[in-house]
Amino acid sequence: MKNEKINEAYNSYVEARIPKTKAWPSLFNSFWVGGLICLIGQGINDLIIYIFPSMSQQSAWAWTLIILIFLASLLTGLGVYDKIGKFAGGGSIVPITGFSNSIASPAIEYKHEGIIYGTCVKMFSIAGPVIVTGIVASIVVGIIYFIIGLF
Amino acid sequence: MEYLWVFLIGGLVCMLGEILIITTKITSARILVTFVLIGVILQAFNLFQPISEFAKAGINVPIIGFGASLAKGAMNAVESSGLLGAFVGGLEATAGGIAAAVIFAFIFSLISRSKTK
Repeated sequence: MKNEKINEAYNSYVEARIPKTKAWPSLFNSFWVGGLICLIGQGINDLIIYIFPSMSQQSAWAWTLIILIFLASLLTGLGVYDKIGKFAGGGSIVPITGFSNSIASPAIEYKHEGIIYGTCVKMFSIAGPVIVTGIVASIVVGIIYFIIGLF
Repeated sequence: MEYLWVFLIGGLVCMLGEILIITTKITSARILVTFVLIGVILQAFNLFQPISEFAKAGINVPIIGFGASLAKGAMNAVESSGLLGAFVGGLEATAGGIAAAVIFAFIFSLISRSKTK
């Protein structure tokens, strides 16, 4: 009973302290930053196909994603991406660059705990769940697809 | 014109993420998981390809595209090598992205100094 009261007080304290994101500006910012990142991706893709016309669409996409991931890691290393993140919220999280940032950011932040226990362990603190759920879901889809194919 | 659609659709998808953040206060890990699962489901029902042909980078650059290529890889591999494909295909299709994210994060963590607070 006493604990509940303390929890309630604590929750309302936390509620008051959480930084309030103003809805409309943050929606607008996430929209144009997210759109811009996708636009940059399309630009890189078209440039690759223009320079290497014989490359397959699939390989061109793979290279596009690798370049975007490289740029996001670079910007994370320079401390720029986290600033974009504060400004754009979902606009910087949802693109593949956000996935890259979620790996690079803790890798750099926990470097002081050592290469193995800092960088390598913390690297997947956010990306781990993403990769695990992705793999599990894809295997489930694959198995269902296999069973449907039997009939 | 094509670039306009890429911008608009990509922006809308990202804004959807921001709406989720504002209304439910979920963390970025959950946002990423949610969008990957959306991608897997879209691909499982063969809905991703038609959207992708129209929206291009607008749907492929968001993490939805990552989920879709996981599922697409699994489905394609099942067609070519049977049940084994369900286990092999997903990671095979997304290996480039995961490996790139790991190696670049590793390199930049070696180069840059971690900020002490």
